[in-house]
Amino acid sequence: MSGGDITAILQGAIVTVMLSLVGILIGLPIGLGLALLRWARVPIASGVVTVYVSVLRATPLVTLLLLLFFALPNIGLPINPISAAILALVMNTSAFNCEVWRSALVNFPKDQYEAAQSVGMRGGQRFRRIVLPQIVRVSLPGLVNEMSLLIKVTPVLAVVGVVDITRAAVRIGAQTYEPLPPLLVAVALYAPIVFALVSLQRWIERRQIAAEFAA
Amino acid sequence: MIHDFGVVWSERALLLSGLANTAILSTLSAIAALLLGFIVTPALMSKHPAVAGAARVFVDGMRCVPFLLFAYIVYYGFPSFGVRLDNWTSGLAALTIYNAAYMAEILRGAWVVQPREPIEAGVAFGFSEIGLFRRIILPPLLLSAGPVIGNQMIQIIKDSAFLTIIALPELTHAASSIQSRHYVPFAAFITAVFLYWGLCLVIEAGVSSIGRVAEARR
Repeated sequence: MSGGDITAILQGAIVTVMLSLVGILIGLPIGLGLALLRWARVPIASGVVTVYVSVLRATPLVTLLLLLFFALPNIGLPINPISAAILALVMNTSAFNCEVWRSALVNFPKDQYEAAQSVGMRGGQRFRRIVLPQIVRVSLPGLVNEMSLLIKVTPVLAVVGVVDITRAAVRIGAQTYEPLPPLLVAVALYAPIVFALVSLQRWIERRQIAAEFAA
Repeated sequence: MIHDFGVVWSERALLLSGLANTAILSTLSAIAALLLGFIVTPALMSKHPAVAGAARVFVDGMRCVPFLLFAYIVYYGFPSFGVRLDNWTSGLAALTIYNAAYMAEILRGAWVVQPREPIEAGVAFGFSEIGLFRRIILPPLLLSAGPVIGNQMIQIIKDSAFLTIIALPELTHAASSIQSRHYVPFAAFITAVFLYWGLCLVIEAGVSSIGRVAEARR
């Protein structure tokens, strides 16, 4: 393995990190939106969201990605590998985020909501000032957990030709006939990123438990 | 569009064998991972720092590595050590070892919250070691870990789809080969998606029935 190979894997790392970030940033608010549709029991929409979340949570990312990449051009929507990758990640992660957000919403104390109503806050204000800050705190560990899961499924994106860490490593292995060293470099790149997120999640949980004891 | 689904229907034998392979692969590796978990969990809680440390490194290591990368290492990397496995064996091994780490962590989580009194009572009643484990410790442990193990089982089914890249003939691979021969991408993959959904609904139903048993025993 040469220095150029390492550079190629690092370039793959940039792609992995960028795609993960885009997936997380788009998936978070969409997940919240879906959760709100279910929570507010919007007719028809909440039923559609329920089925969407159930199907998406059961679908492997590879299958979803292949479906999007091959079937969208078939119905007249040309799509490149990167867009297909982002769309698949967002669809996948928004379904899981929806469940995290929803469980926070379901457990939200009703009396606070009614108190906000009685002091004359509007719907939007109630949500922004009373509900949102609290459900963000409750959902945070679950959301961070979902982020680490998202990063762990990104190697699948290589299937449609996105050159991420894994694809770069496999390609180098095929060229040098020594697959193990580049794969281990790939492990050395993924592990710290995921470990940092897992540690962040544990730290948030510990801090919240400590805060509860202090209160 | 209807015609496309007709093509998929004509290839139903291939799709069903893919579904069967996914189910077999997931079930076998879930059972093997659970059994391995039963070995790793005591190691995680061992009083010897070396044993506990090694188990912790294994569990945390697996949780930080993407499954697909791990499958690549088993399939392409192990031959460097002189271990050459075919795609079935390496797929099964990868799924089992990877998920054993998760199972061990799940069992440990369920174990720490178990009440101690029934076990002490069991000791006082003179249960043998194995009898104590089988009759007193195991049933409540499995009942309380049941839902989380069920979730992990769904995760295993989804992970098994990754094995399509090492040409294991599971469900996604079957859908892929139908799509490449007949060019019916939407029909082929959406059928696969619904079959996966069906598998997961079966597991969820199983989990909720375990939950009812646990509730009834309380």
